[in-house]
Amino acid sequence: MNLLRIALKSARFRRTSLILTVLSIAISVTLLLGVDVVRKEGKKSFLSTISQTDLIVGARSGPTNLLLYSVFHIGNATNNVTWDSYQTIAARDDVAWTVPLSLGDSHRGFRVVGTTPDYFEFYGYGNDKRLAFDRGEPFDEVYDTVLGADVARELGYEVGDEIVISHGLVSTEFSAHDNKPFTVTGILNKTSTPVDRSVLVSLAGIEAVHIDWQGGIREGLDLDADEALQFDLTPTSITAFMVGLDNKALTFRAQRDINEFENEPLSAILPGSTLAEFWRTISTVEQLLFVLSVFVLIAGLIGMLTTILSTLNERRREIAVLRAIGARPQSIVMLIVLETLFVVVMGCVVGVALLYGLLAFAGPFAARRFGVDIGLPWLDATQGLIMVSVIVGATLISLIPGFVAYRRSLQDGLAIKV
Amino acid sequence: MPGSGHPVVELDRVTFRWPGQSVDTVAIDELRIHAGEHLFVRGASGSGKTTLLNLLAGIHLPTTGAIRLLGEDLAALSASRRDQFRAEHIGVIFQQFNLLPYLTMLENVTVSSAFSRGRRRDKGAVQETARRLLTSLNLPDDLHASPVAELSVGQQQRVAVARALVGGPEILIADEPTSALDADNRDRFLDLLFREAEAQGCTLLFVSHDPALARRFGRVIELGESRELV
Repeated sequence: MNLLRIALKSARFRRTSLILTVLSIAISVTLLLGVDVVRKEGKKSFLSTISQTDLIVGARSGPTNLLLYSVFHIGNATNNVTWDSYQTIAARDDVAWTVPLSLGDSHRGFRVVGTTPDYFEFYGYGNDKRLAFDRGEPFDEVYDTVLGADVARELGYEVGDEIVISHGLVSTEFSAHDNKPFTVTGILNKTSTPVDRSVLVSLAGIEAVHIDWQGGIREGLDLDADEALQFDLTPTSITAFMVGLDNKALTFRAQRDINEFENEPLSAILPGSTLAEFWRTISTVEQLLFVLSVFVLIAGLIGMLTTILSTLNERRREIAVLRAIGARPQSIVMLIVLETLFVVVMGCVVGVALLYGLLAFAGPFAARRFGVDIGLPWLDATQGLIMVSVIVGATLISLIPGFVAYRRSLQDGLAIKV
Repeated sequence: MPGSGHPVVELDRVTFRWPGQSVDTVAIDELRIHAGEHLFVRGASGSGKTTLLNLLAGIHLPTTGAIRLLGEDLAALSASRRDQFRAEHIGVIFQQFNLLPYLTMLENVTVSSAFSRGRRRDKGAVQETARRLLTSLNLPDDLHASPVAELSVGQQQRVAVARALVGGPEILIADEPTSALDADNRDRFLDLLFREAEAQGCTLLFVSHDPALARRFGRVIELGESRELV
């Protein structure tokens, strides 16, 4: 029988209050680690949403706004870019490729993106990764569509299915372009970017469904799908476009040229730096969260201190007995430190388990809701440090009840005061 | 036994006064207890009983005077040597026995080996002695692993005695062990205590406020006046 076993058995005997203490420590640890994990994973996923694209061009607006609506499909463009301006810029000597984006319609809550097959070739994300087809192939005809991985999975679509897209972002009976269904020709691999939640169609397809619409209202002439094809389906405007340059070193010059474009007011942004800038603005929130979770931890540790101090009274008997059989006052302190150590290590273990449980549970939700993909990463050095400081901090705090017990065991000795 | 012929317990002009107080809590001019003696120490509450106990166990040191146990001057030992000395030479039986409720019967008896270097070295022997002791106290093997909370009062008494005796201590101190017992249980406990103390050749110090018990002891002292009543 050694001191550790005595400590463990004694702790098990008082388990109800100790389990509650373990839980409160666990929750603090989960919060602290969770904030750190979400920050890092969120940042990684966020910053890798789009890569290989040198510029994104849209109607004049703030960079963040342009980034949000063109890449993340959050919010709406204030204005469009005329087809002529797009053509002019696409024809510049320093431009290697462009991919137009036409937004505004939706299918059962998923955004419809009008674009060209170049999208599948040039859209890059992460560390130079490209879109790939899980099954099927790019759209070819006007009424063809390619679905992002989440769209197909959540709505259960397969290649060959027909879908109807809605005008605007709310799907109602009234606003459906139901006379012109689209056929699914391909389904993309999962990318953990907003692409997964996109319905991709050709620009001509977007034009075709809008041909009998004027300013958001369906007009009298009700053209069916084939009749619409008789019209010129070249768009008059698009929402934004992505640009790849021949020479990356000249990005800033191209950006300046586009910002000073004469025919209409345009904005060109560098997606990488705008992502980073936007992340910095939301990182204040994340720092605030971190500070809050530190306070939660402090509350948890004070709760632990209170519990241990209050158990000292019911343990007076026990301590006197241990003293009588030869326990030194230092051994009594060790008993209390060991118990605290046990509680806090258990708290960390339960906290980490809780964290992974939450990540596994809430991760898919975060991906769906915010387009931020949070995996199940191993704990890194910072998170290890957080746990070590929790354990060290708790052990130091336990010296307070340890000292009280030490003083008392010296004074009371074999006398049992209850 | 070390220093046979010498008294097991010797107190010489011992006083103890808490810091800041103007009266001695304990003042004993001379007390000698010889090997195998059974001494009843009577004292009302507040008479310094507890302090005397702590002095004898080496937890407090006297303000003046000297305490020698088995010829060893406690004041000459370091605090941790005194703790060690207590672990090896003194057995204590508490009021209400105070078994550790989270340990089994056997663990309650062997727990002292956690604090005694000599006994830890010889773990198997401690187990063995403890089992033998428990069995001789009429606590059969199949009870040894049961939690003490499930034991009857009589069984708890015997475990407490076994715990105090397991290391073969020369000195056995009992602090009001009978105060929570009815007359029947009290008498039975005293019988047990005397029998075991005699079997081991222990010197017994029995501290109580209850004068009714005094008649069963060969020697009685009254605390507060530290006067010997025979």
